[in-house]
Amino acid sequence: MLEVVQLTAGYGGIEALHGISFDVRPGEIVTLIGANGAGKSTTLRAISGLIRARSGEIRFKGRSIANLPPHEIVGLGLAHVPEGRMVFSNLTVMENLRMGAYLQRDKAAIASTLGQVFDIFPRLRERERQSAGTLSGGEQQMLAIGRALMGRPRFLMLDEPSLGIAPLLVKSIFEQIVRINRDQGLAILLVEQNANLALRVSQRGHVLETGRITLSAPAGSLLADPAVRKAYLGGH
Amino acid sequence: MAELVQQLINGVSVGAMYALIAIGYTLVYGVLRFINFAHSDVFMAGAYAGLHVGQRMGGGSWAGGLVAMLAAMAACAGLGIVIERLAYKPLRERSKLTVLITAIGVSMLLQNLGQLVFGATPVAFPETLPATTFTAGGVVVSSKDMVVVGFTVALLGALEFVVLRTKVGTAMRAVAHNHQAAALMGIPTNRIISVTFGLGSALAAAAGFLWAYKFPRVDPYLGVMPGLTAFVAAVLGGIGNITGAALGGLLLGVIETLVKGSRWSTWTEAVTFVLLILVLLFRPAGLLGRAQAEKV
Repeated sequence: MLEVVQLTAGYGGIEALHGISFDVRPGEIVTLIGANGAGKSTTLRAISGLIRARSGEIRFKGRSIANLPPHEIVGLGLAHVPEGRMVFSNLTVMENLRMGAYLQRDKAAIASTLGQVFDIFPRLRERERQSAGTLSGGEQQMLAIGRALMGRPRFLMLDEPSLGIAPLLVKSIFEQIVRINRDQGLAILLVEQNANLALRVSQRGHVLETGRITLSAPAGSLLADPAVRKAYLGGH
Repeated sequence: MAELVQQLINGVSVGAMYALIAIGYTLVYGVLRFINFAHSDVFMAGAYAGLHVGQRMGGGSWAGGLVAMLAAMAACAGLGIVIERLAYKPLRERSKLTVLITAIGVSMLLQNLGQLVFGATPVAFPETLPATTFTAGGVVVSSKDMVVVGFTVALLGALEFVVLRTKVGTAMRAVAHNHQAAALMGIPTNRIISVTFGLGSALAAAAGFLWAYKFPRVDPYLGVMPGLTAFVAAVLGGIGNITGAALGGLLLGVIETLVKGSRWSTWTEAVTFVLLILVLLFRPAGLLGRAQAEKV
């Protein structure tokens, strides 16, 4: 589904990723874990085209997408829910969702996707006419995910979906993430500070340390790995 | 009393045109966060385009005048889009100051091109639309003022429909809020920025056409003062806020006309800019703007 090969990227004069390689297979949930500043968000931003890939290769469904403009990458079926959610707080919930379907032409398909999104996040239906800026953090996260789903992606990247959200809502959002993956067969790449939670719903994980992938393994063995537990899972 | 009403009518009519120009500043500020100082010269180009098409239409008919105005709007929409593509788009990742200075450069370029193409001497603007005056209770109303206000109301209504009810308008608001998030929705942000420049420039051209229709004299520096005043109007209303720009334009038109009609008439422009200073000092977000930290 997604193959990243020897990717380097950064900001200004600083290189944040020093040639990372990993992949995500169809139908899989994969977590990127790592400390703050390890390059997790940078990785997602390079994949979705928000920042340039300086070298290396990014392939999506076998096609090279490195340095395509972001709106074309979305059009290929790769959605990115950015850190901080970035909902359009000046737009209503419904307008946000409609913008998610910007590239969709088929009105009937849009309506049916909208039904699915409301089915996954009923809260959004209740608030459809409300300005997105008035939603709680958890509701904004639902909107950000729902908005991404409106583009009917085949692959979804989620950056810190639990950040700043009440614990009860985090649980429910993760349940919905698993449900989206299971019901729609959507492959998911997850970046999450709560690595414990993220690895529990994932099949595999990649550990990112200061711009390099240091370990790739099935989620279960990462959860059991003493070094990983000590560094990222708050365990011993 | 009759004189006050007279001045108010005049002020609303001038203010309507300021509103049309101010909206262009505010639309562009919304999506790109800089003041497009070349906007006032697009206004000038609109007046000239209206003049040349108007002359060919024979003049004095509704259809001819309307065609001239629409032609001016279309031509300037194109001009605005070309300016953005050539001058501003290459600077997208640069600091806002770079873009701002470039905009001043483009403004000078357009003024000098105007001299080159249209000549430096002022020319009379033809009677593109039918015009009469009628008197009611001692107040002389020119049909020109009614045309100006009527067209402005129609254009603002059309703009509101586009911005609030259409997909491209919603995308404009999305881009104004956050370019990256908009791009992640599949919105081609550069195309939306072009549309925004096109819309703003078309409104400036309509204002230029109406301005020359009301004050029938056109020269390549025609845009300078109305442009600056409309810029103040946009700031007064709250930069980035469309309703605010319209309100600011209307207010400034009325204030300016009242000052002009008083014995302090030589202070008209000073009053405008003192107002700008006061707004910046005491209500920097403008009348309708909400104070918020600038995102980096």
